[in-house]
Amino acid sequence: MSNSAVSPREFAEAGADLELVGITKRFPGFTAIDDLDLTIPAGSFFALLGPSGCGKTTTLRLIAGLEEPTDGRILIGGKDVTDTKAYQRPVNTVFQSYALFPHMTIIENVAFGLKRRGVKDAQKLAHAALQLVELDHVSSRRPSQLSGGQQQRVALARAVVNRPALLLLDEPLGALDLKLRRQMQVELKDIQSEVGLTFLHVTHDQEEAMTMADTVAVMNKGKIEQMGAPQELYELPRTAFVATFLGQSNLFTGEVVSSNAESVTVDSQGAPIVVPKDRAARHSGTITVGVRPEKVTLSTGAVAESAGTNILGPGRITDVSFSGVSTQYEIALPGHSTITVFEQNTSISRMHRDGDEVWLSWSAEHTFGLADEGDVEHDAPRFVDDTPTTSIATRRRAQLKAELEEG
Amino acid sequence: MRGFGKYAIWVYSGIALVFLMIPIVYTIVFSFNDSRRTNIIWRGFTFDNWLNVCDAQDVCQAFGNSILIAVSATFIATVLGTMIAIALVRYRFRFRNTTTLLIFLPLTTPEVVLGAGLAAQFLQAGVPKGLGTVIIAHALFCISFVIVTVRARVAGLDPALEEAGRDLYGSPQQVFWRVTFPLLLPGIIAAALLSFALSFDDFIITNFNRGAEVTFPSFIYTAAARGIPAEANVIASAVFLLAILLVIIAQVGAAIRRRQRANA
Amino acid sequence: MAFTAFSAAEQKVDESARKRSPIALFLLLPGVLFLVLFFVTPLISLVLTSLQEPVPGGFFGEYRQALNWQNYVFVLETYGVQAARAFGYAALASLFALLIGFPLAYFIGITLRRFPLLQALALVLVIAPFFISFLLRTLAWKQIFAIEGPVAGLANAIGLLGPGESITGTAFSVVFGLTYNFIPFMTLPIYATLERLDLRLVEAGGDLYANPATVFRTVTLPLAAPGVISGTLLTFIPASGDYINASRDFLGSTETAMIGTVIEANFLVLQNYPAAAALSIVLMAVILVLVAIYVKRSGTEDLL
Repeated sequence: MSNSAVSPREFAEAGADLELVGITKRFPGFTAIDDLDLTIPAGSFFALLGPSGCGKTTTLRLIAGLEEPTDGRILIGGKDVTDTKAYQRPVNTVFQSYALFPHMTIIENVAFGLKRRGVKDAQKLAHAALQLVELDHVSSRRPSQLSGGQQQRVALARAVVNRPALLLLDEPLGALDLKLRRQMQVELKDIQSEVGLTFLHVTHDQEEAMTMADTVAVMNKGKIEQMGAPQELYELPRTAFVATFLGQSNLFTGEVVSSNAESVTVDSQGAPIVVPKDRAARHSGTITVGVRPEKVTLSTGAVAESAGTNILGPGRITDVSFSGVSTQYEIALPGHSTITVFEQNTSISRMHRDGDEVWLSWSAEHTFGLADEGDVEHDAPRFVDDTPTTSIATRRRAQLKAELEEG
Repeated sequence: MRGFGKYAIWVYSGIALVFLMIPIVYTIVFSFNDSRRTNIIWRGFTFDNWLNVCDAQDVCQAFGNSILIAVSATFIATVLGTMIAIALVRYRFRFRNTTTLLIFLPLTTPEVVLGAGLAAQFLQAGVPKGLGTVIIAHALFCISFVIVTVRARVAGLDPALEEAGRDLYGSPQQVFWRVTFPLLLPGIIAAALLSFALSFDDFIITNFNRGAEVTFPSFIYTAAARGIPAEANVIASAVFLLAILLVIIAQVGAAIRRRQRANA
Repeated sequence: MAFTAFSAAEQKVDESARKRSPIALFLLLPGVLFLVLFFVTPLISLVLTSLQEPVPGGFFGEYRQALNWQNYVFVLETYGVQAARAFGYAALASLFALLIGFPLAYFIGITLRRFPLLQALALVLVIAPFFISFLLRTLAWKQIFAIEGPVAGLANAIGLLGPGESITGTAFSVVFGLTYNFIPFMTLPIYATLERLDLRLVEAGGDLYANPATVFRTVTLPLAAPGVISGTLLTFIPASGDYINASRDFLGSTETAMIGTVIEANFLVLQNYPAAAALSIVLMAVILVLVAIYVKRSGTEDLL
């Protein structure tokens, strides 16, 4: 039997720390997770964010005990649980498919874990959990009689009712429509603050991760690229992957041509770009710097040079797409890859048109410097975002074309 | 412990599969027995039985009867069963539950009761027993199997496909023959093959209704007391090998297609 | 596949998608007439025949219609043993077929999921017995069990079988033959349900503190219940009416005669049609009652 601090027979008083030490998982033919170290402090809401196939779901399954690691240890509350089975761990999962037992009623589903642990008052506790997700009135129905959103809440109740030290959420909101997602996001947050468990949330949806988690770890190819508070990750991405997966970025690669106490200057196709030293991972040689599209201002005339402002131009607008709150421009600059700019549609700003000649400028303190080596701007294989911001119609058309070609 | 558990099911299932194969292998092996009158003791290997099957005339005659019966019964059962299956899924009608019960009941009736019932009826009606009565009897027990098999296929068919056919100027007949029927065909073929196999191998119902006619199974039943000629083993083995070849081709083909789709 | 007949009977189709049409009548009429003519009326014939009485002074096998309830009393007194034996043998054969068929179905439907080619081949092996004569297969066992055979020799050597005793012609060999012949009927419907089993439910069970044995009892088995019901009925019904395995030319002896044996003998040899019909009605009635109880109990509530 396990000697874990939190025996599955008892309710966890509070969330427990989760520690992954040197976890490696190899499947025949590929390595899903490569020497992963990760510590999630008790009581936090932690999101593991990455594209499909990055190893995040495998990580979750390893923690739940549904897979065995090839190498490394898993510690929950300081105790090694690597060699224990799923049913012996103080961990519960909200499955992506919900995995509600179709042959049991809702209340039987929710009470299942309690009964396995021989908890008295299983029925009462299960009803309380259903009340928490506001579904106690359907407790005698079967899962197939519930809507997707309701099933999701039942899955959540079924996991939470066990008061696990650690609650794992595997893209649980993926199948819900936008409105339900928002509702569930709020509900999850409420439940977390109410019961104080450690939540580990796995998702490919950057918005979901950023709105819900206190800490986000961006995962790529079985490794964690960067970890931190959502705002920190957005404002100061450390790698090209994070810069492009989490929101969009304009990246420029060049030699460092000068530096002073506060900042370094990069030569990008003849234009100087200044980045503060405390916002740059590297300060010499060839480095890649970047700026978020909404930080850039467009001007129709040449912009007067001033200290603390980075200026590029002139370039030509190649695409304009209006999305209500803001307008997205694509700008071709000689020698650079296409630059994206978002402009708020406030009353004073006027729309630019396709083909217009424009200059770009932004405050130097918004520039960030990446840790990647080499020419990321031009060489890096362009990362395909799971949720690209191209218009839905264009995406749908591309999808249809792809399907047609397959068939 | 866990490793042992995984290992155990492989061994158990392996033994079960070998167990299933024992009499099949025995039957095939003894089709090569150089037997004289009875085919019980191994007397040496020979191809003679295979080369001169119809030397045992009664065996061949019985085999011919069985094929004739199976083809006719399969045809009747498949046509009638397919029609009912389509009606059950696609149309509303009164006495629906009664009809469902009527289809379900033959499946829960032991063959000996079906056989005795038909025989009693033929007796009362003064119908002489013969190939015709056997064909009717076989079609009767095949029809429910056909309905169940084809109904699953019809239920899985998207009604929008037929609507699309009508939308594209197809008359009801054209839509049926060019859209519905081709899509149902795999299910119908499966049902027909099942009927054929059930009919070909049936003994009990046949025995009550055959009169003086001899089918392949009834030949074996009668001959069992005095010894089965090796030619019977030859025919059974040949039918088996042909059927198994067809099934393997179909199964392996399906598995390969699944894998290709999974990799695509 | 047709082997899921009993569970498929419960499947629901959206009633609103159906329409009324004269075509329905055209489609239904021939088949329904056929079933009425050759299934319903024969059952009525059987009931009528079972109440007939011999024509006084008539020929052998000549009967006239009457309300002779004594036929039932007669057959139950005379053949009660064979009837009880039939249901006993069929129940044992169903149990053994389940003990062999369930693990086999689990193996093919779940363990072999990762090996599609192996799965397909194992499935072919389970279906294979259907393609070779039922009677020849049964005879093969008789010859394998024969006195001079290797199995009997082994049984003699380890003392299971006394000298001069025979394996065939016993209750053991008849139940053995029935079990063997109906293993595929048990395995295929169970396979059909297990093959569709969502393994994530099994994982969810493990996640919710159920050990493998509990997961099997509370998740896998209830979800496989429709297949088990189907398989048990597909085994029990034909096994209880079978008289090939119990025949003395095959695996049985006069000591192993089942209800099918005496129905056949009364109908085809003794020409005692009323007795054969009465026995058939008894068999049919018992099976219908059992099927109704079984489907009702397991269909509405969980099997275990």
